Amino acid sequence: MSGFRFLVNGAPAEVDVSGMRRLLDVLREDLGLTGTKEGCGEGECGACSVLLDGQVVDSCLVPICQVEGRIVRTVEGLSLAARERGDLDTLQEAFLEHGAAQCGICTPGMLMAARAYLDAGGPPDEEAIREAIAGNLCRCTGYTKIVDAIAAVASPVE
Amino acid sequence: MPAEPPIDVPLHLFEAYERLAVRPAPVPIAGGTDIMVRITGELGEIPARMLDLSRVTALKGITLDTGALVLGAATTYTEIRRSALCRAHLPALVEAAATIGAAQIQNRGTLGGNIANASPAGDTLPILLAADARILVGGQRGEREIQASEFFTGYRQTALAADELILHVTFPLPAGREIRFRKVGTRRAQAISKVVLALAWRGGGPSFGWSDVRVALGSVAATPIRAAATEAVLEGARPTPEVADRAAETLAGELVPIDDVRSTAEYRRMVAGRVLHRLLREAGGW
Repeated sequence: MSGFRFLVNGAPAEVDVSGMRRLLDVLREDLGLTGTKEGCGEGECGACSVLLDGQVVDSCLVPICQVEGRIVRTVEGLSLAARERGDLDTLQEAFLEHGAAQCGICTPGMLMAARAYLDAGGPPDEEAIREAIAGNLCRCTGYTKIVDAIAAVASPVE
Repeated sequence: MPAEPPIDVPLHLFEAYERLAVRPAPVPIAGGTDIMVRITGELGEIPARMLDLSRVTALKGITLDTGALVLGAATTYTEIRRSALCRAHLPALVEAAATIGAAQIQNRGTLGGNIANASPAGDTLPILLAADARILVGGQRGEREIQASEFFTGYRQTALAADELILHVTFPLPAGREIRFRKVGTRRAQAISKVVLALAWRGGGPSFGWSDVRVALGSVAATPIRAAATEAVLEGARPTPEVADRAAETLAGELVPIDDVRSTAEYRRMVAGRVLHRLLREAGGW
């Protein structure tokens, strides 16, 4: 056991756990951030996607010792800035408007994969968006509405 | 909850070597895309001890050496895809990296991990074989270089000793060499290959045949393999329709794949032949 320190959604966090504890378990069990979901637990479904130093990763595949000193962003962090205004993140709004969430289990991970794509300046191009969320399985929507929602928020290529 | 075996986090290579020299040797982890699945206990034995490689900077980096591209073992697939050096000198590896998993896996999974995991379906491995890559490994006993063609010794078995780490991979860049890559899976992302093929050759213009032909495949045997009989058909030949027919037929006859959950032996033989035929047709421009 030893302490691991990192930033979660802009706030410092410190946990005293085994270095091989999954980031997913630290977020859900130790920090109470249950927005991140466990789907398959083996890096197939993307439900547990979070941003690690801005890159989308499956938190079920990241041991906490590798998170020391790094920046984690979860679905709870998406609306953090917006919530002060009583709002959701524009991406979350777009998911609502387009009916991009049904049962909801994939939604937090889908939002984070989409956020990574948008933060990297991804264009509203269907093919590119589909590649960006290819690691996130959804069994309800058929993806079309999710792709539409992401495209609605993406900035057109200048 | 998955097991949480003890893990050491060395900052330097010599510290990692020290930890690996202890028996039983800890299991190294870099991107974790294969190893983290093992701590669930659903896929064989849970490692007793782990060794984190993520802080060892000596394992990172992509450099152009004299006539060769050198990739640190901890280079991620995303880094390969974004690397201007890889795009310019080894586009087939960039293509292979793009077919592995999806963004979440590419951001974490490493070239060295793909090699050490030694899955017969490892998507970069046929590229290593086709490119005559050399794998530098090291430990307290010193460093040694292993030819990719001699690295995979059996089903998930490698020439790497328990006290050694993969340090970097050297891809020679001979003049005029071309490499083509094709992966066939159930879907484009997140799919483990049914057949994966890399074809390399050096061309000598219209009046000369191909030389140094390599045909390397994954998912069709216990290890990534080269297809020697098919290479012999193509060596000195040119990619004409007749040559392509003969090479594809030879390949389908040469392979001895198995039936498993992802595909059948029959399908793999047929598709490997078709994929090679397609690559030859593209190379021949007909």
